[in-house]
Amino acid sequence: MPPSFALSAAGNVALAWGGVLFWLCLGFAALFLQRARGLNDLIFPLGALGALFMAGVGIAGVLGTPTAIVLPIGLPDLPFHLRLDPLSGFFLTLLGGAAFGVTLVAWGYFRSLESGPLALIALWYHLFLAGMATVLLADDAYAFMVAWEVMALSSYFLVTSAHDQPEIRRAGFLYLLIAHVGAVALLLCFGVLQGGAGDYTFNSMRLAETTPYWASVAYLLALFGFGAKAGLVPLHVWLPEAHPAAPSPVSALMSGVMLKTAIYGLLRVTFDLLNIQLAWWGTLALALGLISALYGVIFAAVQSDMKRLLAWSSIENIGVILAGFGLTLIFHTDGKGALAALALTATLYHALNHAFFKGLLFTGAGAVLHTTGERNMDKLGGLMRVMPWTAWLTLIGALAIAGLPPLNGFVSEWLLLQAFLFTPGLNQPYLNMLIPVATAAVALAAALAAYVMVKFFGVTFLGVTRSGVVAQAHEAGCRERIGMIWLAAGCVLLGLFPAQVIGWLAPVARQLTGHTLPNDGNWLLLAPLDAERASYAPLLFLAVVAATLLLVFVWVRRVYHGHVRHAAPWDCGYPEQDARMQDTAEGFGQPIRHIFSAFMGVEREEPDPFDRQPRHSSATLDQIWFFVYLPIARLSNWISAQFGRLQHGSIQWYLIYSFATLIFLLVFVTG
Amino acid sequence: MATRTWLPAAEIPPSPPLEKGGTRLSAAASVSTIAAYSASKKGGAMTTGILLQLLQTLAAILLAPLLLGWVNQCRAWLQGRGAPPLTQPYRVLRKLFHKDAVIAHNASPLFRFAPYMIFACMALAAGIVPTFANDLPFSPAADAIALVGVFALARVFLALAAMDIGTAFGSLGARREMLVSFLAEPALLMVFFTASLISHSTALPTIVETLAHKHFVIYPSMAFAAVAFWMVSTAENARIPVDNPSTHLELTMIHEAMILEYSARHLALIEWAVALKLFTYSALGIALFLPWGIAARGDLAALPLAALTLLVKMMAGGAALALLEAVSAKLRLFRAPEYLGTAFMLAVLGMLTHFLLEA
Repeated sequence: MPPSFALSAAGNVALAWGGVLFWLCLGFAALFLQRARGLNDLIFPLGALGALFMAGVGIAGVLGTPTAIVLPIGLPDLPFHLRLDPLSGFFLTLLGGAAFGVTLVAWGYFRSLESGPLALIALWYHLFLAGMATVLLADDAYAFMVAWEVMALSSYFLVTSAHDQPEIRRAGFLYLLIAHVGAVALLLCFGVLQGGAGDYTFNSMRLAETTPYWASVAYLLALFGFGAKAGLVPLHVWLPEAHPAAPSPVSALMSGVMLKTAIYGLLRVTFDLLNIQLAWWGTLALALGLISALYGVIFAAVQSDMKRLLAWSSIENIGVILAGFGLTLIFHTDGKGALAALALTATLYHALNHAFFKGLLFTGAGAVLHTTGERNMDKLGGLMRVMPWTAWLTLIGALAIAGLPPLNGFVSEWLLLQAFLFTPGLNQPYLNMLIPVATAAVALAAALAAYVMVKFFGVTFLGVTRSGVVAQAHEAGCRERIGMIWLAAGCVLLGLFPAQVIGWLAPVARQLTGHTLPNDGNWLLLAPLDAERASYAPLLFLAVVAATLLLVFVWVRRVYHGHVRHAAPWDCGYPEQDARMQDTAEGFGQPIRHIFSAFMGVEREEPDPFDRQPRHSSATLDQIWFFVYLPIARLSNWISAQFGRLQHGSIQWYLIYSFATLIFLLVFVTG
Repeated sequence: MATRTWLPAAEIPPSPPLEKGGTRLSAAASVSTIAAYSASKKGGAMTTGILLQLLQTLAAILLAPLLLGWVNQCRAWLQGRGAPPLTQPYRVLRKLFHKDAVIAHNASPLFRFAPYMIFACMALAAGIVPTFANDLPFSPAADAIALVGVFALARVFLALAAMDIGTAFGSLGARREMLVSFLAEPALLMVFFTASLISHSTALPTIVETLAHKHFVIYPSMAFAAVAFWMVSTAENARIPVDNPSTHLELTMIHEAMILEYSARHLALIEWAVALKLFTYSALGIALFLPWGIAARGDLAALPLAALTLLVKMMAGGAALALLEAVSAKLRLFRAPEYLGTAFMLAVLGMLTHFLLEA
């Protein structure tokens, strides 16, 4: 281990814990000093600096050897174990990198709040950050679950910060409910993992010998528990509700970072804590991931609410990440270590990318929402002329998430497709049949993502204003802009220097799969396996496009002329044009709704022929809600009602209950 | 940076063996392949490569309208009309470049930037695809997947520019274009994957090398891929049966609806990019399915013959396109997804066939 990467005597983990404490202090300082003037201008910038520090510690953590500390807090005999290894370091970098940009945006976004609500938001916000960081650092189940709950609860309070609206309370309740159902599964999972030893440190779990049966039980519980947090179909229903309800920087953090803690947990449990992996786990994860990806992107295409659209798109991206995880497992269990490293690299790369571009898109949408007060894209439009900074930065995010070169989304998609392509001769014949279909599904999801992003960007920022709310719109403040520039720069740099990022990821791949991708030191060319098989040089790509662009521009201007006349839009000479003739968000999604109507319920409102003010509308409904959740809700209601019959309010009955219980216990004890 | 096989042999089958006579063409950065040459020739080979690259890109850019003119001419003959001269597309471009651009009041900078971007993307695509010669210096920059990405980038910019003015037809065209592309793009990707499963590489030069310079082998999977590729190319190039390039009915337009607001030099660039796209797709189809005759790397003597065979193939392909357009009708818009869905299924079937019969 190169000792230069250990930044302090106690190791990087102590520094990371310092960062967590710093965030905690900031949060409570905001609460106790809420009367102080200019508090906002102090707390959020410091929080952002803390995030940057965390990212630095994370980078060092990936490169250095694992360090661990034991903290004498918590219950007696149950201290917190913390550990920073490459896997934690990677996700800590993701957290810090995305949180830096988002916190700068939050600084501007929450500026207009009054001191009371602001202090509360600052408290929950920093607790949320600290909770997520501790989840990544935890090295025993107890610390992990405490941090997990801190993360869930603080984000719940952030989601419901506008709790005077009933639908936001409902969204918050749904989120809390599913988060806790997931947490119960995680508790059970850790219970299985400790294997009866009674020691809940991760170290003892690593050493525990698990039978395939119990390992599968633990894996399924982890998949359920972390899947509930990640928004895996069919556990995704809270996501499209909670993300629109939360303030935009919080949505950015939840979508960009919090969902990734679930991916972290899944990787940790599957590859680190469990000492055996079975092939069918990977197939299951691959199938679930692909279903999530396609389901998410199809529903994203038919949304009109921009934050709901982004939330569905998060489901899609989590699906892609999980598919990559499944592929890693398949290769790993098949003994193809190098390919497992490739698939894992693609998975991690996509997770990192998603933190940046989804953070950027949510903050861009937040800037629009902040200035117009409108989330419905059908009422927006033409914002590119009013808020050019926001529009161009959001465009970078949209192009990146659509998987277009030379931005970062393309790199991870490329790596994942390469991993799919180099699967000759897996030992299971059914997998060889499955792989082409899975590849097709990934390609289809990526192409649909482009559809979704053209819709999102085109309807919101381009065209003609559809309502008066845009008239008073103004450009985002400079704090928001700096935050968005950071996130956009992340999208561009991660896209242009993939070889460096992959080189940096090597320790994580080695830790989990035992293999790394070769690093040939060629910084220009990304060739994960062999340049003969596949290569991609984003810088060269960009240079050629830029050079051609410049040449053509100069040539056209020089050889011909630059004359321009401005006129009214032509539109084939139709004289009466107004903003309502453009495609609405609903209209843009109509083809998708038409094609995939079998997968979604559509509720139409047709106007009456005699209606003076006819209105046509259609809403798309998530069938899973009706076929899975409502029956469960009805069942639990029914069971509660049956138990409710025991309640009569008359004292005689209660006395009989007590008496019967006593008799039963006596019989039980004596017998 | 020598080529090396670092994976255990059991994991990935070795690259297909090469014929004795054929030069090993690799997609490895030309730097690496050139290193195999003697040191004295090193600089010379590099310069030749770059020159060849520039020559091919320029030739593609300059000749692309000619192919469009040829297709139009064939179509006019088949329809019993008097044909416009072969150089008609050049005249149109010249006319457009000389006019004053008329731009809507509310156009954003994106609207004016998009034509340049689209043209640059298509020029890059034309530079990547092996047309006359194989293994060009740009090739390592982008493989088959990145090529699909380049087309997608151009398309997204065109669709966004179409939505920028806020007219009814613009957004209609953008929506339809994205509808067509979301099925066409994965189908194209699947076609490439079938080819790359055969050659164990997604690098276009390696694919073409494997298919062109090996013993003649019939790949059943490539038959599926070829049909799928033809279907996808008609859709991606806005040809019948998905779109009609010569339509005057706004309500049936897809591609034309998107560029209604463009005029003069911007329109000229887009039209040129369209011609370039048709040329690139033709070159791609030829390289994948009829690659025989393409010049091997560094084989300058073979270039004239390669250019000649390419010319013949392109003419035949253009004539076939015109013939199929003359005998078929445009599909209703919602039949287009079925058509493209078929292409997608065929391409996936091609991959499955590869695993079943050829693996």
